[in-house]
Amino acid sequence: MRRNWRQRITITDLVVWGIGIAIGAVVVIGTIATLRSGKYAPSTWLDLAIKGLALGGVYALIAMGYTLVYGVLRMINFAHSEVFMSGPFTAVFFANYLARTGFLDQQPALSMLMILLLSMAVSMSIALLLERVAYRPLRTAPRLVPLITAIGASFFLQYTFRGLYGSGFQAYPIPEVLKGSIQIGAIRVFYTQIAAILGAVAMMIILYSIVQRTKMGKAMRTISEDKEVAAMMGIDVDRTIAFTFALGGLSAGAAGILYSLLFPVVNFYMGFIPGLKAFTAAVLGGIGNVAGAFLGAIIIGLLESVGPNLFLDGLGIPTPSQLKDGIAFTILVFILIFRPTGLLGERVAQAKA
Amino acid sequence: MHTKPVSPWKQALLLGLLGGAIAVLLSLVGMVAAFGERYIVSGWFTMGQVLFLAPILFLSYTSVRRVTPQPSWILLLCGLLSGLVGSALLAALVIIGQVVNLRTMFVNASPELFDLLTFGVEGAAGILILLLVGMAMGVFAVGLFLLPMRLRSAVTLALMWTFLIGLLRDLIITIVAQWEIKAAAFPEWLGWAKTAIDAIANFFDERIFAASGLNPLSAVVIFLLIATIIYMRASRKPDSEKRQLSSPKQKRRRILTFSGVGILVLILPFVLGIYFAEILDNVGLFILMGLGLNIVVGFAGLLDLGYVAFYAIGAYTMGVLTSPELGFFNLTFWQALPFALLFSVLAGVILGLPVLKMRGDYLAIVTLGFGEIVRLLALSDWLSPWLGGTQGIQLIAQPTIGNFVFNTQAELYYLFLIGIAIVAFVSWRLKDSRLGRSWMALREDEDVAVAMGIDHVNTKLLAFATGALFSGLAGTIFAAKLQSVYPHSMNFLVSINVLSLIIIGGMGSIPGVFVGALVLIAAPEILREFAEFRFLAFGALMVAMMLLRPEGLWPEKRRKLELHEAETPSDIIDEESVPGLEPDAAS
Repeated sequence: MRRNWRQRITITDLVVWGIGIAIGAVVVIGTIATLRSGKYAPSTWLDLAIKGLALGGVYALIAMGYTLVYGVLRMINFAHSEVFMSGPFTAVFFANYLARTGFLDQQPALSMLMILLLSMAVSMSIALLLERVAYRPLRTAPRLVPLITAIGASFFLQYTFRGLYGSGFQAYPIPEVLKGSIQIGAIRVFYTQIAAILGAVAMMIILYSIVQRTKMGKAMRTISEDKEVAAMMGIDVDRTIAFTFALGGLSAGAAGILYSLLFPVVNFYMGFIPGLKAFTAAVLGGIGNVAGAFLGAIIIGLLESVGPNLFLDGLGIPTPSQLKDGIAFTILVFILIFRPTGLLGERVAQAKA
Repeated sequence: MHTKPVSPWKQALLLGLLGGAIAVLLSLVGMVAAFGERYIVSGWFTMGQVLFLAPILFLSYTSVRRVTPQPSWILLLCGLLSGLVGSALLAALVIIGQVVNLRTMFVNASPELFDLLTFGVEGAAGILILLLVGMAMGVFAVGLFLLPMRLRSAVTLALMWTFLIGLLRDLIITIVAQWEIKAAAFPEWLGWAKTAIDAIANFFDERIFAASGLNPLSAVVIFLLIATIIYMRASRKPDSEKRQLSSPKQKRRRILTFSGVGILVLILPFVLGIYFAEILDNVGLFILMGLGLNIVVGFAGLLDLGYVAFYAIGAYTMGVLTSPELGFFNLTFWQALPFALLFSVLAGVILGLPVLKMRGDYLAIVTLGFGEIVRLLALSDWLSPWLGGTQGIQLIAQPTIGNFVFNTQAELYYLFLIGIAIVAFVSWRLKDSRLGRSWMALREDEDVAVAMGIDHVNTKLLAFATGALFSGLAGTIFAAKLQSVYPHSMNFLVSINVLSLIIIGGMGSIPGVFVGALVLIAAPEILREFAEFRFLAFGALMVAMMLLRPEGLWPEKRRKLELHEAETPSDIIDEESVPGLEPDAAS
């Protein structure tokens, strides 16, 4: 019995668990120290939580692209962050035009809708183009090949948009109506945050019902179970995969506009970090799982906005918000080590493992 | 690949549109205008024009090649059509650009661009010229296609060489001018050499090259000369003759080539001068890193996107240990080197341990995250007392031997050379060792490899550790070269740079690393205008490489076999039957 126990636990496990426990201890100690110091009022935490929720909603929409594509192709679409960037970065010119003519403030709902649709259309076209040019020819290649293609495509798109629209930052106009905030009890909520949360939830509901209710969604789910059998059942695999990319692109385009409400500056590099975090969210929720992506994204959003102050401030680390991206990446490394199937991802991940 | 018979007209139309779209994209991205001043043939055409005409030419050629069994007049008309369609897209861009101000959106849609596109002619005439040139390109492509094989390859190669010489005019002139300066200091008895060099310099300066690009006359002469040489050589030497060389003769020839290359490499900084020594140093740096990443990605098949982390750890350890500015240790370069390498290896193992179980995609993302964490830590205020925060670390020790300090670029070049020699030797020996074979076995099929008794934990860890070691070495030399490190130079783009160079050279191939570094690092440094577009080009090259030639420019034999084994015809997408494509999640 004793030998058995020893054999099963290797040095690797010990080191990995050691790192895990160390990070866990840092989090717990940091949290206790921060809370004891009483540096932040409870309302500050709530403010941060609202911010995190809004961010989480946006991440959820981006994560949809990763999760859907992973579902059907079993590959991480590395260039999805660029699909996300392309929409708002293109729509900003239209938005600026609307703002110049004053239409944006006269008809805020209509113009926001038009901007949103434009952004979604651009992102969708980029996603479809990507699938057609870069991924479809490589579907039977060894798995490192499409992955490298994806990285290459990501850089190509990023720098193409840099070349097209310039490397500078473009400010996003926000309609007057959405500027300002309301006070609910002790919490201050910005209108843009409300808009982002509502938009993300609405979009998520639409996507979820497309995947669960429509025929195309059913075909997508069938392909994610078994591509060969799906083809035999008369499902047009190419078309369904293209549809999946289109869906991912649409939600990324919408996410881009919502993200620009929260951070009203866009440039060609804006996709990288949110993309990585959305990927983290997708993995956390269980990649390939739509509801999981939503859950994971909300958790990532909350941890990112609350985490630095909560975990790190108490340890005496100056300007902890500098490390907020570090937190997201650490979470990513963590999940992949301890629960690679994610929170809700048993079915897909195990069936294919 | 089976091709259905398609209507030649449709094919020509589609490919012409594609060529036009690429040309429009290149124009709007700013490449055409950026190269607008760089003449290939002085007064005739610039690199910018080559950039927007080449896609049209190339795709017209492709379109006729695809519809081959057709009479030549149909082919000619096809070429004409696809050239016309391609240039029509460009013409549309020009017309739209003149009616609407595109510049509010597309920053590069400048008047200079339109001027280039219409060959400097205003109004409708310019557009007509553009269309005519496009059609001429299409017809030229077909004409090239209709030439007999030997002539065709001679003409194509000669065109490319002439183009290259014209493009590299500045490079050649700088090198020759630098010889002239050196020759001025020659002693009396070398007077003849001095006159010879002066004469060569003059010849280059005045006869061959103009102020920018080639002289029109010399361009024609060079073209004809090269074409004739290639044509003659092709006619005189059939392939079989090469093989008939007796083996000692072959051996002698190989020794001669190797020693020639060796001597050339040794005297390179003197031949090329200071500016190029700097470029050579950069190339050397990336070769070092490329050799390391080649072990991780190429040999072991572990896609590591956070490779810059080890480089950063090497450089920062060197900085912390030697910089008197921080004043912790004040070691010398050589004293600090083992520690820096040790830390890099440790980091490699620490990263390697948790990611052992992951494969492919997940590994890529986790390593990317790791690289970002390292950068964020180096950048943070938290660690700034030790790592300097955004300010970085200055006054890092330079390597010395006795009283000799590796200070100038040319001296550092030799340091890189020593490093590369060691690292290349080690990876060459590792490649066919037991360990190297285990790496490749893991790369090709992990489950089978483990079943055959390969310890995948140790093997993978060793890959990470070796890669980290080489990268750390590159980092230390880099720190010593600049005498400073900044967190900004440790970003993700470095990892991508290294990755793309080994992919373009050929994954798992050691000479491929050298080729890749020369192409990807030296080219943007030599063509300054290109530097801005380097990542765009890298991305496009990576995609194109994976689509067309996944084994790279200088492929490794086994890798090539592995990649082409997958090319079995299959009508349904069927991934289970293709080796190396098991859909595995990180289990």
